[in-house]
Amino acid sequence: MELVYALAIGVLTGSGVWLILRPRTFQVIVGLALLSYAINLFIFCMGRLTVERPPIIRADGATDPLLYADPVPQALVLTAIVISFATTALFLVVMLAARGLTGTDHVDGKERDK
Amino acid sequence: MQLTLIVLLPFLGALCAAFLPSNARNAEAWLAGAVSITCFGLAISLFPQIADGEVVRVVIPWLPQFGLDFYLRLDGYSWLFAQLVTGMGALVVLYARYYMSPADPVPRFFSFLLAFMGAMVGMVLSGNLIQLVIFWELTSLTSFMLIAYWYHLPDARRGARMASTVTAAGGLCLLAGVIVIGQIAGSYDLDQVLASAEIIRAHEWYPIAVVLVALGALTKSAQFPFHFWLPNAMAAPTPVSAYLHSATMVKAGVFLLARLWPVLAGTDLWFFIVGGAGLCSLLIGAFAAVFQRDMKGVLAYSTISHLGLITLLLGMNSPLALIAAVFHMMNHATFKASLFMAAGIVDHETGTRDLRLLSGLSKAMPITATLATVAAAAMAGVPLLNGFLSKEMFFAETIFAGHSPWLRIGLPAVATLASAFSVAYSLRFIHQVFFGPLADNLPRTPHDPHRWMLAPSALLVTACLLVGVMPAVTVGPFLHSAGRSILGLGMPEFSLSVWHGLTQPLVMSVLALAGGAGFYLFLKRRGEVHGAAPLIDRFDGRRAFDVIIVALIRSADRIKRRLYSRHLQTQLVVVVCVSVGAAWVALHESFTFWGTQAPSRVDPAFALMWLIGAACAIGAAMQAKYHRLAALVMLGGTGLITCLTFAWFSAPDLALTQIAVEVVTLVLILLGLRWLPRRIEVDDPDRRTLRARARRVRDLFIATAVGFGMASFAFAIMTRPRGEQTLAEFFIERALPQGGGSNVVNVILVDFRGFDTFGEITVVGIVALTVFALLRRFRPAPESMSVPRAQRDDAPRSLTALPDPDEQLPPSYMQIPAVIVRLLLPMAGLVSVFFLLRGHNAPGGGFVGGLVMATSVVAQYIVAGTMWVESRTRIHPQYWMAAGLLAAAAAGMGAWLASHTFLSALAWHGTLPIVGEIHVSSVLLFDIGVYMLVIGATVLMLVAIAHQSLRSHRRPAAVAAATQVHVEAAADAPTGAQ
Repeated sequence: MELVYALAIGVLTGSGVWLILRPRTFQVIVGLALLSYAINLFIFCMGRLTVERPPIIRADGATDPLLYADPVPQALVLTAIVISFATTALFLVVMLAARGLTGTDHVDGKERDK
Repeated sequence: MQLTLIVLLPFLGALCAAFLPSNARNAEAWLAGAVSITCFGLAISLFPQIADGEVVRVVIPWLPQFGLDFYLRLDGYSWLFAQLVTGMGALVVLYARYYMSPADPVPRFFSFLLAFMGAMVGMVLSGNLIQLVIFWELTSLTSFMLIAYWYHLPDARRGARMASTVTAAGGLCLLAGVIVIGQIAGSYDLDQVLASAEIIRAHEWYPIAVVLVALGALTKSAQFPFHFWLPNAMAAPTPVSAYLHSATMVKAGVFLLARLWPVLAGTDLWFFIVGGAGLCSLLIGAFAAVFQRDMKGVLAYSTISHLGLITLLLGMNSPLALIAAVFHMMNHATFKASLFMAAGIVDHETGTRDLRLLSGLSKAMPITATLATVAAAAMAGVPLLNGFLSKEMFFAETIFAGHSPWLRIGLPAVATLASAFSVAYSLRFIHQVFFGPLADNLPRTPHDPHRWMLAPSALLVTACLLVGVMPAVTVGPFLHSAGRSILGLGMPEFSLSVWHGLTQPLVMSVLALAGGAGFYLFLKRRGEVHGAAPLIDRFDGRRAFDVIIVALIRSADRIKRRLYSRHLQTQLVVVVCVSVGAAWVALHESFTFWGTQAPSRVDPAFALMWLIGAACAIGAAMQAKYHRLAALVMLGGTGLITCLTFAWFSAPDLALTQIAVEVVTLVLILLGLRWLPRRIEVDDPDRRTLRARARRVRDLFIATAVGFGMASFAFAIMTRPRGEQTLAEFFIERALPQGGGSNVVNVILVDFRGFDTFGEITVVGIVALTVFALLRRFRPAPESMSVPRAQRDDAPRSLTALPDPDEQLPPSYMQIPAVIVRLLLPMAGLVSVFFLLRGHNAPGGGFVGGLVMATSVVAQYIVAGTMWVESRTRIHPQYWMAAGLLAAAAAGMGAWLASHTFLSALAWHGTLPIVGEIHVSSVLLFDIGVYMLVIGATVLMLVAIAHQSLRSHRRPAAVAAATQVHVEAAADAPTGAQ
């Protein structure tokens, strides 16, 4: 499982990095979204992979940490998901405004000199 | 207590003064005067406590573990300076009341003047060296503000910039020097530093400390070669020049040299650096002063020269010289401030300070003339005035200071020469302005000013006289206590009297007086008094300063051009490569990738899931340039797989949030795509050039490297056991008993780390408002202005007539979806509230609930159209955001009622009739706040983008396009099919 999970992080990161190095704004926005998936998965796995042990205290009130998944990375990732939505929205609007203002969707606001 | 007040009052006064109306000259002056007199009185009342060498201390702990405390320390020496600063402050305030024109905005002036007074008092009273440097820099800052007071004048701006550059740079050197001293002494506490004088002088870092401290002090006191800022600072209003640039701030440098004298002095290095700078300033300043045209210019160069005298005295390594230096600091302050005031009066009454124009003013303004003459005589060192006494002490020291025959003769000779120059410029200053025929081409008719404007000057001149006649009675005790507090038991005997018999110093004085008078007469006969100073005129410090500044800017520019790229791609390549490199350097030695824990068995379903996820990610990466919609769909696919992964590995909250966010993000980007002109895939020759290919290969390599690195890093961590002590334990144990909820993730978010979440929702709110604001003036790309093809085909119904808000259902094929979506709204509301309420104990919470609700609201917009929805809404997203933030803040502040800290949870558990057992907590209110804010912010962002289609500046175009389509429908067929 761990290997598949790690490879997934690798593929997402690679695709994301490839895209943020591209010249078009839309590519960068998709790249950042892919990167944020990868980073969220990465932070999440700091608590190790646990199956069927959600961090919700059982009815019997047992508090042995081994009975539950690590809640800390989950809380961090939850925050990150919401914030990345906000930044995506901001970036999208900036991208649209820049496209209207500069007449190009190149990330530098003008086509690269040839 | 009194000590704290002396420092605190001026700052409080500055704050009050800043808020008075701009024409309240009298109120400002009363306020500032009251503050300075109060501080003066407070300082006087403390004298009995320190008269016999005791020290009054106030320590307020700040960062004791770093040896940093707020530490005020009053001894005889700092007392003398506190008196000088506050007393002179009071006089300058009175003077400024009459000097400043009613048109000047006085709150700014008095506010900065008081702030300066506070900074200066804080500096002299500091018992901690770091704290001293902070106040030191504060004086530079306020000085900048005061020099630039008339900021519409280019000279004022330039002078202020130069003064602040030089003194602030010196301040940084001083900070470094103080840190060196603190490191050697093991403490920044002044008492401890003074106690470890021997260790410091013997330490190998001692030369560094001396050079750095001297740089700080010499820049501040305008000593050679940093003296050029002072004449340029004369662009300040004259009260500022009198106060800051003669009496107090420029004394800070020599104050510090004397303060650290027991620690740093006594070596040859000290003698050559400090004494050398002092000697040069003494001579150059006095010589240049003779040739100035501006009255304030004469006084500025004379100040440089007198400060040079003090610096030279401090550099002589003799206790008696130190006493003379302290004495001269006080004397110089009295006569120089009164001369500045006289120059200001002349400027105020005649409209000019130009020595070439002024003449014979003693006939028009006799009182001013008398006062200025006496003060100038004190400056020249005429007997029976205070300047004479300290100058005699200086002459006596020069005779005994020399170790080598060179110095034994040279030093007294130079001292006499400089004194002669000093006599010459004093004489010229008085003779030119006040004697001779009365000038008749002055801008204004001169007469004596208001008596209260003369009073401060008169008081100072009286002090000059009193001290000059009866030194032992007037200043003896104070000077004694000041000297004692610096030198301790090594305090030498000194005698203050006018007549010491026919001694060598007296001969030197007479020589200087005669020589100075002769020199002035010689120059006057040759008519060279108004020319440029010979010899030294070419060495213009101001020009050198400009050259250095320009060179600095140029080289910074050059470095920037080398290291910086304007291309985002290049920047990102650097960022990514540096991150990879840093990770590699940190990890490559100590890291074996395979951990000890065996990986768990691979579930084929999971592998298959990620096969799809990875394919989607790579597909999105490949299609994002030309096929945006396809890329977006594949991005969504990856998001869904991520969401399933969270669900798989026991993170139900994350899965819920991820899927809700996924939906909202997708809608958002879809709305945005409408305004992004399509990119047609053509065979671009640029893409096939070698350079473009090389770039792609490089990026592919980087991407692969980063991906591989992240994968192996993640794998390495996952195959290691979890640490013994983790935070998880803490939160899991306390969630139920202390947080009152069994969903640990939610309890962390809204309770344990509630403040983070509060910050986060604030950020989301700010982003929503920013999006809204950015779109208000949004001009989309011209290519995307025209109506999309799908709408054009539907033109007859949807565009020729604007949608009718009163219609119950939207026209044509949207009717059935509209009914469904409308029925969905209450359901979705119910679900969202359900998520919100159960969030504390089961997967859910404010974020998820809010996003579900926002999605269903946006669905209404999508299906029924903006006009229809907005004619029916009663609640606006802005209010939702505000209410959400207020609710969250109220939940936080409610804790104060029970005197807990911000955002601590308050809970009540009880039984209600009918309802049964119930648990109410302020955490729920907080989560409701999150819920409302998320709804408001999400809807605001999506609607702001969606609204672009309805914008008035685009409607004519839309309607025109629609009618065109309507009319030319048949002929336009090829365009429609494009």
